[in-house]
Amino acid sequence: MRIIVKEDKCVGCGQCIDSCPYTAIEMKNEKAVINDYCQFCRTCLGACPEGAISEIAEEGDSKKADLAGYHGVWVFAEQRHGEIASVVYELLGAGRRLADELGTELSAVLLGAPESSAGELISCGSDKVYVSSDPILQDFNDEPYSQLMTKLIQTHKPEIVLAGATPLGRSFLPRVAARLKTGLTADCTALEIDKETGSLLQVRPAFGGNIMATILCPNNRPQIATVRPRVMKKLAVDHGRKGEIIPVAGINLTCRTKIIETVQETSECMINLQEAEFIVSGGRGIGGANGFSMLEELALLLGGTVAASRAAVDEGWIPYRQQVGQTGKTVCPKIYIACGISGAVQHLVGMQSSDTIIAINKNPEAPIFNVATYGIVGDVREVIPLLIKKIKEGKS
Amino acid sequence: MQIIVCIKQVPDTAEVRINPETNTLVREGMPSMINPYDLHAIEAALQIREKTGGKVTVITMGPPQAEDALREAVSMGADDVRLISDRAFAGADTWATSYALYKAIDKIGYDIILCGKQAIDGDTAQVGPEVAEFLDIPHIAYVRKIDEPAGGMIRVQRLMDDGYDVVESPLPVLLTVVKELNTPRLPSLKGKMAAKKAVITKMDINAIDAEEENVGLKGSPTQVRNIFAPQMKSDRKMLQGSVEKQVEELVSELRRLKCVSL
Repeated sequence: MRIIVKEDKCVGCGQCIDSCPYTAIEMKNEKAVINDYCQFCRTCLGACPEGAISEIAEEGDSKKADLAGYHGVWVFAEQRHGEIASVVYELLGAGRRLADELGTELSAVLLGAPESSAGELISCGSDKVYVSSDPILQDFNDEPYSQLMTKLIQTHKPEIVLAGATPLGRSFLPRVAARLKTGLTADCTALEIDKETGSLLQVRPAFGGNIMATILCPNNRPQIATVRPRVMKKLAVDHGRKGEIIPVAGINLTCRTKIIETVQETSECMINLQEAEFIVSGGRGIGGANGFSMLEELALLLGGTVAASRAAVDEGWIPYRQQVGQTGKTVCPKIYIACGISGAVQHLVGMQSSDTIIAINKNPEAPIFNVATYGIVGDVREVIPLLIKKIKEGKS
Repeated sequence: MQIIVCIKQVPDTAEVRINPETNTLVREGMPSMINPYDLHAIEAALQIREKTGGKVTVITMGPPQAEDALREAVSMGADDVRLISDRAFAGADTWATSYALYKAIDKIGYDIILCGKQAIDGDTAQVGPEVAEFLDIPHIAYVRKIDEPAGGMIRVQRLMDDGYDVVESPLPVLLTVVKELNTPRLPSLKGKMAAKKAVITKMDINAIDAEEENVGLKGSPTQVRNIFAPQMKSDRKMLQGSVEKQVEELVSELRRLKCVSL
């Protein structure tokens, strides 16, 4: 495929230039020209008032693999230290919906855990669970995980594979996609089946959440996607559900990396940010590391976790792991309380999709108020203790 | 020690926005820069070179304009740079990008390959691990500390959600790094002079021996179907009155949202 500008139709108005997210259109001799930046996103097709921009097919465009041989939806059931990640249950919810729509079955793949852990996956929506309790898989190393996943996909040919967009899923699935020569879409926030083609429509944020894109993998299978935690809905647990547990064995796995040590650094109020329902986040306005103990108290009261802006992390008040924003994590909790955070765009892109945003800042002009559901203008060191007091009063 | 750093020239994403009414892109000049994570990868490479000796080669795949990013890498202290550029590479997704980088890296030779954790325009974090798979070498993602390599082995800390893992790997290895790893140096005056004079070696599809069906749009399993503006919430409410009154109102809103149990 190629995007072209019909020179005879182009009047040189330049409207298409602004429509392009990739700076791929420029003016040459008063005519629009597509340059090497073009990513074929098709955004410009509707931008030309003269209808001068169109797409043309090229030789070699549609080399279809044999897609008909691929059936079923798979969910990678991530576990760490024997505990199944909560995003897995959300994926089973999403996977169940997709499988029903396609009229196919839903399977989970559980690596490095005992067969006894598989029942819960069936209760939460899975028809089959492939389990490998090979000890090499107990700790996470990219090579054996990707080798086994690749092998299972080659053997059973699922049409869709979903995994959590977690450090683990985002690290080993690219190897699987590379090996299988198929598409992998990162960080999806919505998944639908295209009614016409049966293909998976994968919606994901790009450019730090400023733009959403729908991604297709039309000619290759499986269609692999990692999905952000906390965007899909879990099913109600049904212990009466029946399913099949299929042990996987006899596959020779190798591993060159070695885990020497695993260090846990979490405290009660610093649970995984991407899975948190409530986040109390602090910025430069907190004034110092001491200020964060106040936020921790609030987070504990709400059953949430503490996060920070880049400014607070750079000051060394809180570990980098808790940073929200462009060079930190992207979160979408139920409630995000921004305390003393001015709201630079780099921070906003990491939290602006939260359900409810509460901003507390002494500067009424702070940009954080532009995305806030509720805004309080005031000094956080005055407001937070008062908030803690009022919540406690209500509770007692 | 042959160290290769893969970098990407990205638009300053803070400046990119879609006007939701017209569905067109609002760009204010859209400056481009080296992807911030990649600066940490360059810094890590320079630090390893300072300890073990060797050569740092910085590569990027992109249009001719990406040359600017490579000159910046030279100004920081890179020994050599390569621009992997060809019209045939346009429209590449992560698969086709990784394939082209792998072909180029294979030509150059390597002991350690460093990449940023992810690029801030696409945010996929996929290209590093995919390159490692193509090269059939191990990779470790989210590296926040690197020990000096010794005896053909390297030991790093891998950042995880609940802490970190200490991971050891034989060389060659590919590492993707987070910003906690180091503070990237600023270009020296000498570096800036070198950057001006640097000859940028270009590698096209023939130079890297790539098959046409595996690069660019043709080699990309995924396609962008369309792009659109995210829905912004607009139910904004500034609380009024004394701080005490505002806090009381907030608490009752929190109760309404079933956040604070009564």
